[in-house]
Amino acid sequence: MSLVYSEEQRLLADTAAEFLQARSPVVAQRRLRDEGAAAGFDDALWKEMVGMGWSAIPFPENLGGLAFGCMGLGAVFEAVGRNLAATPLLSSIVLGGTLIELAGSEAQQAEWMPLLISGDKRIALALDEHPRHDPVTTALRAERRDTGYVLQGEKVFVADGKGADAFVVVARTSGAPGEHEGLSLFVVPAATPGLNVSAMGMIDSRNHARLRLNDVHVDAGALLGAEGQAWAALEAALDRGRVCLAAELLGMTQSLFDTTVEYLKTRVQFDVPIGSFQALQHRAAWCYAHLHLARSAVMAGLAAMDDPTLDAAGRARLASLAKWKAGDVAHRISREAVQMHGGMGVTDELDVGLFLKRIRVAQALLGDGDFHVQRYSDVTPVEA
Amino acid sequence: MTTIDDFRRETQAWLEANCPPSMRTPMPDGELVWGGRTVEFKTEDQRLWFEHMRDKGWFCPDWPAEYGGGGLSPEQNAVLESEMRRLHCRPPQINLGIWMLGPVVLEFGSEEQKRELITPMARGEIRWCQGFSEPNAGSDLASLKTSAVDAGDHFLVNGTKIWTSYGDKSDWMYMLVRTDANVPKQQGISLLVVDMKSPGIEARPIDLISGRSSFCQVFFDNVKVPKRQLVGPLNGGWTLAKALLQHERRAMSKFGEFSLPNHVDLLSVAARYLPPADAASTADVALRTRALAMAMDEHAYTLTAQRMGEEARARQDVSGLMAIMKLVHSEQEKDKLEVLLDVMGHRALGWEDEAFDSSELALTRAWLGSFAQTIAGGSSEVQLNVIAKRVLGLPEGKQGK
Repeated sequence: MSLVYSEEQRLLADTAAEFLQARSPVVAQRRLRDEGAAAGFDDALWKEMVGMGWSAIPFPENLGGLAFGCMGLGAVFEAVGRNLAATPLLSSIVLGGTLIELAGSEAQQAEWMPLLISGDKRIALALDEHPRHDPVTTALRAERRDTGYVLQGEKVFVADGKGADAFVVVARTSGAPGEHEGLSLFVVPAATPGLNVSAMGMIDSRNHARLRLNDVHVDAGALLGAEGQAWAALEAALDRGRVCLAAELLGMTQSLFDTTVEYLKTRVQFDVPIGSFQALQHRAAWCYAHLHLARSAVMAGLAAMDDPTLDAAGRARLASLAKWKAGDVAHRISREAVQMHGGMGVTDELDVGLFLKRIRVAQALLGDGDFHVQRYSDVTPVEA
Repeated sequence: MTTIDDFRRETQAWLEANCPPSMRTPMPDGELVWGGRTVEFKTEDQRLWFEHMRDKGWFCPDWPAEYGGGGLSPEQNAVLESEMRRLHCRPPQINLGIWMLGPVVLEFGSEEQKRELITPMARGEIRWCQGFSEPNAGSDLASLKTSAVDAGDHFLVNGTKIWTSYGDKSDWMYMLVRTDANVPKQQGISLLVVDMKSPGIEARPIDLISGRSSFCQVFFDNVKVPKRQLVGPLNGGWTLAKALLQHERRAMSKFGEFSLPNHVDLLSVAARYLPPADAASTADVALRTRALAMAMDEHAYTLTAQRMGEEARARQDVSGLMAIMKLVHSEQEKDKLEVLLDVMGHRALGWEDEAFDSSELALTRAWLGSFAQTIAGGSSEVQLNVIAKRVLGLPEGKQGK
């Protein structure tokens, strides 16, 4: 398991950085926010990303993918973070696409993979039901009726849910909240009667949705994978999502840190650059050290997804480490960035606040730090 | 001509044949082999491994063969390192001279010095110690006062050095001395090498809060040091000292890739001392959570050491990473031991008695010992200064030069 990008991966990282800097810089995200774009991202730009092959990166070749692995994806997500770029790459490809890849039948794969990879359709994952992410607490019921199922309940914090063509809804077909057994996945088209999608306006101005499912009838063909056995595929897909999100967090944090160090060198008070004050130098140096630790954890998380010698627990352990450390360091550095920018740091004029807001949302998405500490513990064997 | 692949095959075969299986296991505490005049082996395998590597010239694989090194190219050296890592070979010996002084003598020393100093060093015949810090020159090392006065064919050295690890067990010392007191402080320093058997030298071990330590204070009373033992130019020692410290950081970082003795697994200690989950109080849960977060941060550090190794082998610039390693490791160890102290309660407060088992007593000493780690070898504050100025390029402040 290597913790550095290969030649090809670095090339991809450079291309992604160049493209996003030119076509989707932070100012473009600000514009999306000010225009109140419902999709939360620029669809034309998304099609360009598709054109560059990004949507095919993680999937095997027999499903139309590039089999370039999560390390490759991580290189893209780091650039996404640096530029604060909004894209449905995480929701529709990494989460939605992976669930179709891992749990779908051949027919379902044949129906969805080309549409997802081409960007013609989008799938969003409807999982969370509570203020804090914790998949095992899923309670939304799916009852067998006639030849199909009826879904009843509510989903929240659904990334890129507005305008999605379909949802993968995580539902309980048996068992009780707290049990891994009994969870099932359903592909539910957005137009299904009884499904109501509404926007959740959040601090990052991205597309987050609330789903209300009121007597939503789906046929048996909507079931993705075996009934009650969704846990393994769900965890695998979530872990891919978590490491990609960790890479995005890393990119955002790096960008914020670089901006802050630059500010320390140029902002003059008491006739000297404030970066000459040891109190600030030492805090900046600590941020730098932690940023390195976060980078190592993220690289290990990405590499773990591509490592066939690891079992699910081994992958989970490194994914949780990556998400925890990237979130933790992003939190530390975003606080310092605001503080060190002084009064300007709390104005909307600077981009610092835009990063702070997206970082806070990305921290909560797919499990906050406390969740991942618990999870790391659950999957780490302890020597007696 | 042999290709690098041939070299890899030959190296594999040689290591398989010459590294005894017991030398391919994690090294227990106290089994480091220190080269020197009176090298001690705990086992016959240690001796064999030491001698095989010595005779192959692989104590210093990439030093020139004419001075007793292995004469390997950087590529070959990288192959040797990776093969040793793959086979989990222990370092055959630990020697400050090879890590720090050797590269500086090779770069700055005279031809005569290379023959006299490097050859025995490469054979592990001399145990070296370092004389840098003084009672009044710690973080501000350049203010050192131990003097070397020109006395014809030799210098007369007077003063004292402190925090010299194994000063009482070493054969030779490389030391910084003041050779000109009338110029800016960095410009009047020279580097000398001194035989610890010279008349007028006394090394006294220092008792620390953790008990007996390897640190010594070394006193110099009119010690005669022949002039040919000046390394580099007179009053040019500060440049050499900086180079030495860089080699130290590099060596330390490489050392980080080996599994070190004394590693305490936080989570197994937590499992042993805290009640099981179904009987845990809120306080127990909070303690366990602290132990977990600490273990995760430690995991991130281990991965960082691994990443630095990989980036260095890929010829990337790792100077930034190198600058954080000592800081992060020593601060983490301190935090980790405090968490362990809280988890173990009074079991980690024993000093010496049968009421405590040896792992408990060792942990107490490790905790007390950890305080020195954020001070020795460049305090955390000095490390942070280095990162701020050299890595981040933040402007010089108003603090004294």
